[in-house]
Order: sequence, then structure tokens, then C-alpha cells
Amino acid sequence: MADKIATRESYGAALVELADKYDFLVMDADLAEATKTVKFKKAHPERFFDCGIAEGNMMSVAAGIATTGKTVFASTFAMFAAGRAFEQVRNSIGYPHLNVKIGATHAGITVGEDGATHQCNEDFGLMRTIPGMTIVNPSDAVEAKAAVEAAINTNGPFYLRFGRYAVPVINDNPEYHFELGKGVLLADGTDVTLVATGIMVAMALEAKELLAQEGISARVINIHTIKPIDAEIIEKAAKETGAIVTAEEHNIIGGLGSAVAEVVGECAPVPVVRVGVRDSYGHSGTVPALLEAYGLTPASIAEAAKKALALKK
Amino acid sequence: MEQAKLQKLCDMARRIRIGIIEGTHAAKSGHPGGSLSIADIMAYLYTEELNIDPQNPTMADRDRFVLSKGHCAPALYSTLANRGYFPVEELTTLRKHGSRLQGHPDMTLTPGVDMSAGSLGLGISSAAGMALAGKVDGKSYRVYTIIGDGESEEGQVWEACMFAAHYKLDNLCVIVDWNGLQIDGPIAEVMDPTPHDKKLEAFGFHVISIDGHDFDAIEAALAEAKTVKGKPTAIVARTVKGKGVSFMENKVNWHGAAPNDEQYEAALAELNA
Repeated sequence: MADKIATRESYGAALVELADKYDFLVMDADLAEATKTVKFKKAHPERFFDCGIAEGNMMSVAAGIATTGKTVFASTFAMFAAGRAFEQVRNSIGYPHLNVKIGATHAGITVGEDGATHQCNEDFGLMRTIPGMTIVNPSDAVEAKAAVEAAINTNGPFYLRFGRYAVPVINDNPEYHFELGKGVLLADGTDVTLVATGIMVAMALEAKELLAQEGISARVINIHTIKPIDAEIIEKAAKETGAIVTAEEHNIIGGLGSAVAEVVGECAPVPVVRVGVRDSYGHSGTVPALLEAYGLTPASIAEAAKKALALKK
Repeated sequence: MEQAKLQKLCDMARRIRIGIIEGTHAAKSGHPGGSLSIADIMAYLYTEELNIDPQNPTMADRDRFVLSKGHCAPALYSTLANRGYFPVEELTTLRKHGSRLQGHPDMTLTPGVDMSAGSLGLGISSAAGMALAGKVDGKSYRVYTIIGDGESEEGQVWEACMFAAHYKLDNLCVIVDWNGLQIDGPIAEVMDPTPHDKKLEAFGFHVISIDGHDFDAIEAALAEAKTVKGKPTAIVARTVKGKGVSFMENKVNWHGAAPNDEQYEAALAELNA
């Protein structure tokens, strides 16, 4: 876990790496330097189009391009992709099921100092309610690159969530294989299952160690595909461990916690305790300070696991 | 224009209007006013202007049309049906469960519909996207879109205009249906978006102002648009809401109301006269 890379960096690099293999265009809304699509812009200027600060227009333009058979990446911050342009994403892209890949960076509170207006903790909730939308939230730079290629190879609307903050690389091994819609069993355990997504996956692995010190055996599952969610791996975990903790850099309403609770509630009711932003806005601050303040830490996950165990009958 | 051609266009426009009345009457809802105001423009586009093939609706190099003011789908459906994309009899399924003719255009359901649109402001952006794709691919197809005058109160319309001018989309032709009325009343009273000509010019368009019911003017404007290089063209078409059905003309309440049986008979009698 020595290397730390922000998934947005991997996004920009992946677009460049995949440019020769696949035919696609890239759009941005005056944030190419930040979303890292600037790498693609430099390498393939004839395939890059800046839309200026007009995210709604960008989404509908991208949809129009996609009607001609092209695949388009439309990039901006998560706040503007899922929030500002929600209706354009739903009606121009989602409803006709067009091949627009939304590259949403700067998601969650790890935006840091810019504060609440730019810290989107609602994007899973918004995007999850759009029929036919695929949502992937990679846990590290390796998964981010794989997710970009999966988006290209998947027909229809696709929401990719990337972060600004450098996070540990946890998937850099020869066996790593990205399978869209499939949760990844990272560590087995019998008492409780920690279901995490994005930057919380590495923390869940740390939480497992903390719990082990107290004699608690935790299973760890990485859910990179928020939609369609891997109901099978969640149901199995619920039945085999009898208690679940979810961990996400998102409002506890509408995101991974909700998605997991929906699955568990319908097929294998067991306690589900959610770790995430507890229905509040973000705040300015350094990322470590914010993660601590909002309870997005290995210790919080371990604490939640003990709560879930106490609820277990 | 030659008498025979004019006659053909007048007949197409008349049939389009009849289809609008048939559809909205059968649906007991819909938007006849703004559909009737664009009927002449639709007749010209689909009879003379667009390079299309009703037998091959998804032909790769076809010209594209986006009805950005998608609530006027009855006009688009009637045009497509009368052009042979699907049977005219299907027009009376408008807005009914199970029909291919949704309240607003759905490209996945209706043959000949190039883009799902109707949430105002979105369609013009998608038309710009199609035009950009044509440029990227070095294709010669053109893209046409009709927006409403009320629709231009949406900020996205102007974002799209900025985009179209910035990328020099001279293969894009935006037609503004200036019928002067919107749901809540005259546009001048609700939220005046005029003057369209000056605003569009300032946004980088080549602007042509015409009477949207004059086929000679429509023909000349569309021909001129094709000669413009390096910038998109906007045709600001002065129209009459409800045009062709006397009791619907210039009446704001016909924006979104369907004719009852009596009104239906009266409208058809007038259109068939």
C-alpha cells in the first residue's frame, strides 16, 4: 500500500491509454486541468471539446453526439454532473439510453478546502434512480482504469465516480480482474461483513485488522459497481455472517448503504449499519481533518461493526 | 415558387394539420396550438429540404431533425406519418398507453424521430451535438431544430447557441417558432425573450427573419442557410399559434388543450374545405 494516487489521475491516464484502441470523444466543462481530461486534450486535441462552464448543455450535446453512434465521455465535478445536470442526464442521456460516459471527479468530502458547495455526497442517490444507468465507484487507480475501459465496452449511460484525493493502491496485483457488476471478496470472515466502496475500501481492510485484534472476524467486500448492485454477494454475506456494515464517502441516504439495505431487506434481513456522511453538508478543511470529522475512518467502520454485532440475534 | 410545388406543400401542410387535430382529439390532451404554428415549416422541411428516406429512418448520412419544442410532437408525428414513416391511422393512438407516439418524442419508439426531446432547452443542445459529430466525421449532413419562442426563456438554449457558434457549426439550422404565446400568456407579458434576431446575432448566428407561413420565404431562408459558412444559422419565423383552425388562432388557451368532438368536427371541416 505504498503508492497513493487519486482516481482522477488514473481516469485521465486511462483515456489517453485507451484512445488508440477505441473510438471515443471527450468533453469537459472548463475543468480539464482538474478532472485530468487535460491529458487527453493534449494527446488528442481533435477529439476533445470544451463546453465551457455549461454542464447541462454539455450533457445534452454529448447525447446528440451519441445518437450518431459515437461514444462520448462528458467530464466535470460530481456536483455539476449529477447535481446541476441531473435533468439533462436523465432526459437527454438516460431516457434514450445513449452511450454517454459521465466522468465525475471531485466526488465526496475529499474535495477538501473548497467546501460544501463542491462536495457532492448525493451523486449515487441521484444517479441510482435513473433507469438503465450504470454506476461505478473505483476503489483505487488500478480499478479506475479498468472501470473506464468497462464503460467503453458497456452499452448505454454510465456514471464513473472519481476522487481528487490520493488514495492507496490496493489492487496492484497480477490476479486483479475487473468484472462489472460483481462485488469483490477481498478478505473472508465469519462474524460480520464490511461492504465498502471507493476510498472506503482501503479503510475497511484496515478496520478488519482492528476488529481482528478484538477477536472479531470480518469479511471485506469491495462494491465498485453501485448499480447494478451485486445482490448475490450481499445476500451470501448476509446469510453467512449475519451482520453488515456499509462504508461510503456519500450521504448515508441514497447510496451504497441504501442499496445494500434494499437487497438485504428483500432477501436476507440482518442488521445493516451505515458508515457515511450522516445527512449533512460538507465543510472546508484538510482531507484528514474532514475524514475524521465525518467519521470516515477505519475506527468508525470497526465501531459500526460492533454495533451491527450487538444487533445480531 | 411553381404553382404545382406550392400546391403540394399546401396539401402536405393541410394533411399535417389534420393529423394534429386527429391526434389531440383522440388523446383528449396535447398541444395543438404550437403544433399548428409549425405545420408549414414542417411540411417544407420534410417534403423539400431534408435528405431522408422513410424506408430507412436511421440512414447514416441522413439530415437530422430535432423537435426541441417537443410538446409539439403531434406536428412531428403527423409529418412523419404523412411522409410514410408509419401509417397515418396510428396518429389517433397519440398519448395512449402502449402507443409508439408518446406525449413528447421518443427516439427509441418512433421511426423517424432522431432525438428524444421535449424538456425545454435540451433538444437544441442535442442538435448542436449532432452537428458537431457531423463535423468530426467529415459528413455533409445538416441538422435542423425547431425551438419555441417561450422555450428560449430557458438558459440552456443560449448555452447551446454559444456552443454552436464557438464550434462554427454551419451545418446547424435553428428555427425559432415565434408565435408569441406561451402557457401563462403572451411571451411579452410572461417573460419577454425578444428580440430573438438581435440576440441570436449577438450570439454569433447568421439570422434570417421570415413569415413562417410563407413557403417562398421558408424556401429562401433554408437555401440561404446552406450558403452560410463558419457560423450556424437561425431562422426567426413569425407564426400564428393555432394557424389554420380559425377558432384556435392566437388563442393562448389552445396551447395545451385538445378539441372536443364539436370543435374537432369544426376544425376538420375548416381544414378540409
